Amino acid sequence: MTRRGSVPATPGARAVLNGDRRALARLITRVEGRDPSVVPTLRSLYPRTGRARVVGLTGPLGVGKSSLINALLQHLRAEGHQVAVVAVDPTSPFSGGSVLGDRIRLDRRADDTGVFIRSMASRGHSGGVAAATREVVRLLDAAGFDVVLVETVGSGQVDVEIRDIASTSIVVLVPHLGDEVQTLKAGLFEIADVFCVNKGDLPGAESASRDLLELAGLGPGREGWRPKVVTTSARDGTGIAPLWAAVNAHETYLDSDGRRAAGERRRLGHELVELVRERVARDLEERLDSDVEVGTLLDQLATRAIDPYVAAERLFATLRADPTGPKE
Amino acid sequence: MPRPAKASPIRVLIAKPGLDGHDRGAKVVARALRDAGMEVIYAGLRQTPEDIVSAAIEEDVDLIGLSCLSGAHMALFPRVLALLRLQKVKDVPVFAGGIIPDEDARKLKKLGVRAVFGPGTSLEEIVTTARAIARRAQ
Repeated sequence: MTRRGSVPATPGARAVLNGDRRALARLITRVEGRDPSVVPTLRSLYPRTGRARVVGLTGPLGVGKSSLINALLQHLRAEGHQVAVVAVDPTSPFSGGSVLGDRIRLDRRADDTGVFIRSMASRGHSGGVAAATREVVRLLDAAGFDVVLVETVGSGQVDVEIRDIASTSIVVLVPHLGDEVQTLKAGLFEIADVFCVNKGDLPGAESASRDLLELAGLGPGREGWRPKVVTTSARDGTGIAPLWAAVNAHETYLDSDGRRAAGERRRLGHELVELVRERVARDLEERLDSDVEVGTLLDQLATRAIDPYVAAERLFATLRADPTGPKE
Repeated sequence: MPRPAKASPIRVLIAKPGLDGHDRGAKVVARALRDAGMEVIYAGLRQTPEDIVSAAIEEDVDLIGLSCLSGAHMALFPRVLALLRLQKVKDVPVFAGGIIPDEDARKLKKLGVRAVFGPGTSLEEIVTTARAIARRAQ
């Protein structure tokens, strides 16, 4: 064992750190496929993460998220950033297939190694991202991309999980999405650190932006931050520099008074709960078929000798008593 | 790490190298592969062979489908194959579609294109073949 419990670099981890794009891409596939054999590599890369600025773009279908990402990509490359893009599109609940079409809008030179674009299917996960998006972002962070742009599935009002992945969330809207009461609704509007009114060349952009500014001014913002409102036109590149400046302003805000660390703790807390939840669920599901104790509980439940709430408590008690300690 | 899901879907890149604007066929095929449960990365029109190979690497696809209706297939498809070899991508098969004369189809197959689908090919045949030749055949 090495310093601070870090694990030795696996060949996969070394390849990623050396800039091997194919190795990175293959690792992403294995993470997406929830391949448990990838854990040692993820563990050895973890200390190399936490450096990238992760910016989420979310908003309804067709507001121009991909086009905005393209404009941001050009802007950030010109500033010398190494930029990764993770674009999530929905998986069909009927066939399990998907068409991932966000690359179409992204212009980049094929030989530009300062850019890495990956399309992800949501694979049944709700919340606007895929189950593996957070880990994929972390891999790109470890690979040395200092900005990771995450585009969520464009589906609507409740795609708020990006908040658990990104340090700054941009909510992208367009003119005429509805009256100002829409902006009071819960969900999407609550997660914005930056509002972007895209297609700003269309009539109505000004009033949309005004409504959002009013919303931002109605009460204290989340954690004391008042969301910025920027009007852009991804088509002609208007407003892109101000949009990135707004992201930077929020990031600078995070850097004051320990807010970044607090946000990171909150996100890591959610991740930890999720990992334990998955672990416990897997253990319990295995025990449903094989464990005598669980079998007895199920028998008693079936004959109505006990109720599910008591059974759950008893099952949970056996978990807490499990003497198998943490494995290194 | 959570349990491994059932086998991950086949990932396939559909792209149109060259300059012709006829993407209906590529879209129809993309949709059919989606309906067959695959993850289709649709790269669309006017891709250079370099773009295609770079996308194939980043997306770690199991299969590449190229469509060309301009007649430039004998210039473009072999270039994609050569670039794949240059990047040491040896296990990702390529299939092709479009207006491709039989003689050219034979030559392309000799060069390494695994299947060539001309007009009138049934979607069922394309899906079945794609499934069979993909890197992680399912």
